[in-house]
Amino acid sequence: MERIYLDHAATTPVRPEVLEAMIPAYKNTFGNASSVYSWGREARKAIDDARAITADILGAEFNEIIFTGSGSEADNLAIKGAAWKQQHKGKHIITSAIEHHAVLDTVKWLEANGFDATYVPVDEDGLVSAAAVEEAIREDTILITIMHGNNEMGTIQPVEDIAVLAKDRGILFHTDAVQTVGSLPIHVKDMGVDMLSLAAHKFYGPKGVGALYVRKGVRLDPLIHGGAQERNRRAGTEDIPSIVGLTKALELADSERREVKPRLIAMRDRLIQGLEQIPDTKVNGHRDKRLPNNVNVCFRYIEGESLLLNLDMMGIAASSGSACTSGSLDPSHVLLAMGLSHEVAHGSLRLTLGRSSTEADVDYVLKHVPPIVKRLRDMSPLYQA
Amino acid sequence: MYTDKVMDHFQNPRNVGEIANADGVGEEGNVRCGDIMKLWIKVEDGRIMDAKFKTFGCGAAIATSSMITEMVIGKTLEEAQEISNQAVAEALDGLPPVKMHCSNLAADALQKALDDYKAKQSA
Repeated sequence: MERIYLDHAATTPVRPEVLEAMIPAYKNTFGNASSVYSWGREARKAIDDARAITADILGAEFNEIIFTGSGSEADNLAIKGAAWKQQHKGKHIITSAIEHHAVLDTVKWLEANGFDATYVPVDEDGLVSAAAVEEAIREDTILITIMHGNNEMGTIQPVEDIAVLAKDRGILFHTDAVQTVGSLPIHVKDMGVDMLSLAAHKFYGPKGVGALYVRKGVRLDPLIHGGAQERNRRAGTEDIPSIVGLTKALELADSERREVKPRLIAMRDRLIQGLEQIPDTKVNGHRDKRLPNNVNVCFRYIEGESLLLNLDMMGIAASSGSACTSGSLDPSHVLLAMGLSHEVAHGSLRLTLGRSSTEADVDYVLKHVPPIVKRLRDMSPLYQA
Repeated sequence: MYTDKVMDHFQNPRNVGEIANADGVGEEGNVRCGDIMKLWIKVEDGRIMDAKFKTFGCGAAIATSSMITEMVIGKTLEEAQEISNQAVAEALDGLPPVKMHCSNLAADALQKALDDYKAKQSA
């Protein structure tokens, strides 16, 4: 059976070019980058080269990039590290209701440990307004963390506007850009952010490696102690193959974006328009301020997990924000924050396109989804045909 | 994560639909949690002759719904009364632990259908 992977927001496969770049690092560059002899110097050079390229692509300086073990770690380091370092100034943090759990749960942990937080709401398109962030600012606000592109429904947030607000008041601003790095052009200085998180496996790099941009002058307490690596901000012997892989993947994404992005947008819009033809279907997220690869819709009267199981039987890999798939008793916090009822949110479907996606995949999905939705609705006590 | 039996009942659910002039109807679950089952039964001489269901819910909810209709057809009201959620899960060779709590509602819906039948009889 044909298999179509449409869950690129969850993770992407490692590109052959990336793997090829990583293999010599595994085979030859095994030295500890902290050692003085030639093996150590070779390892140091591999990391330095990778750091220089990564920094250059993101518009950052060499010393402003910290390699981490994941995007979640980058988020944790930014938020906990900045909060801890600045707690003498204040203990208030502003975030949004639709953040990834790597941000939300980190802020909640800080709340449980003496910090205070405001969760800014979003409108029905999932947009955070800079005005709402401004209203939430207090005397003791030390950190604002608002994501760049939402992983579930794809809405892209006005981080540039929020960065201006934060800068004017001397408040640090972090953005979780895990969904946008690779997919959108990112220039940290133009964005005006103080910190930015990314994860390699979202743009065809390896899992287990991410990075945090930290503007020069921003001080963080490390999460991991025990060595001077990453300028004392992340102890642990560097994972050179992963760092090399991240960098290669970023280079490829950056050089191919001009060609890939419009192709994804065209397929995305055709999927959205096709799925919208199904009665009682709602498109979630902003139509234009949207990740190029994200499709998110709710089909009323049906539940997401049974939809995913049916799609899987047709070879289609997708995701949903239903309770059964979110791993809690409630459906997606993102969809609820956008004002959807529990009932409607349970019937959500997310399709995220990628490099391997084709127009034929779009045809296949548009052919097979409507009968599945109809079959499940015919079985649903909520549905009156 | 699901057993072959669960997947079989999910893919080929038995007795989907409604019974016109049913002798008992039961509904269990709520939209908030994402699982609602409605069960219709037809009773003759103290025995369940037919059962049909409609379910909004995950794979486990649909499979347990389908399974209980198979278990209950032909049973006396007393025998039907004894069916537990646990027994439905066992008949499907088990459910993932997380599903035992929220999506295993079929026996509760059956109980309500039986209560509805008794209430109609005494009315």
